[in-house]
Amino acid sequence: MADHTLDAKGLNCPLPILKARKALKEVPAGGTLEILATDPGSVADFEAFCRQTGNELLEHSVDDSIYRFLIKHTAA
Amino acid sequence: MSSEAQVVQDTVSAAPVAAPETKSMSMIVTKGSLDWAYPPFILATTAAAMGLPVTMFFTFYGLPLLLKKLDLTLTAAGNPAMKMPMMGAHMGLPNILTAIPGVDAACSKMMKNLMNKKGVASIEDLRELAIEADVRMIACQMTMDLFEYSLDDMIEGPELGGAATYIECATQSDINLFI
Repeated sequence: MADHTLDAKGLNCPLPILKARKALKEVPAGGTLEILATDPGSVADFEAFCRQTGNELLEHSVDDSIYRFLIKHTAA
Repeated sequence: MSSEAQVVQDTVSAAPVAAPETKSMSMIVTKGSLDWAYPPFILATTAAAMGLPVTMFFTFYGLPLLLKKLDLTLTAAGNPAMKMPMMGAHMGLPNILTAIPGVDAACSKMMKNLMNKKGVASIEDLRELAIEADVRMIACQMTMDLFEYSLDDMIEGPELGGAATYIECATQSDINLFI
């Protein structure tokens, strides 16, 4: 179970990323953030976001057009 | 070693090897229509969210994007690529129709409704997010004089600067965009 959950469903680029960045600030180092989104572009974007920021994308999946991301707050 | 220290160490060792080197971005914003306002604000907010220091230099028609009250519009005139989804098809607008009073306003309203329906942020929201993310904004002094604007007309935050201010920033940035 993630420490925090961000519901970004219905939001389009770049809002899921911007809101995730804000939400991550509330997650202590080592904690996890779960993000739910409906934007298909968010798959590539969260991968890039995590590579660039040094946070860890633990898992991502899609179920019934809802994309789910689990990010571990590992960046400084 | 205490168990607490052990936990801290485990967390650290699980972290990715190293945070990527910090890059920075600057952009020149030259266009102020509803459609063209998007690329700079989307890229600035996203780059800032990804940890890049960002500078936006607002000049010519981009400068009014700093006005307190935005009233952004667009036109299909001279833009054959603008085709709006309508009843399962994509409809363009012949140039001559854009000359009819009210047509541009209707197109702008249609675009804003479409964006709202698709969960696309408004420029007002993106601009606010850019300010929150400490994006540096420079208002072109020459354009301020040319179009007779003062800092009182603008949102709080932008500083005044000219070409040299931008060039100095650009020499220190890894990514420089002209939009």
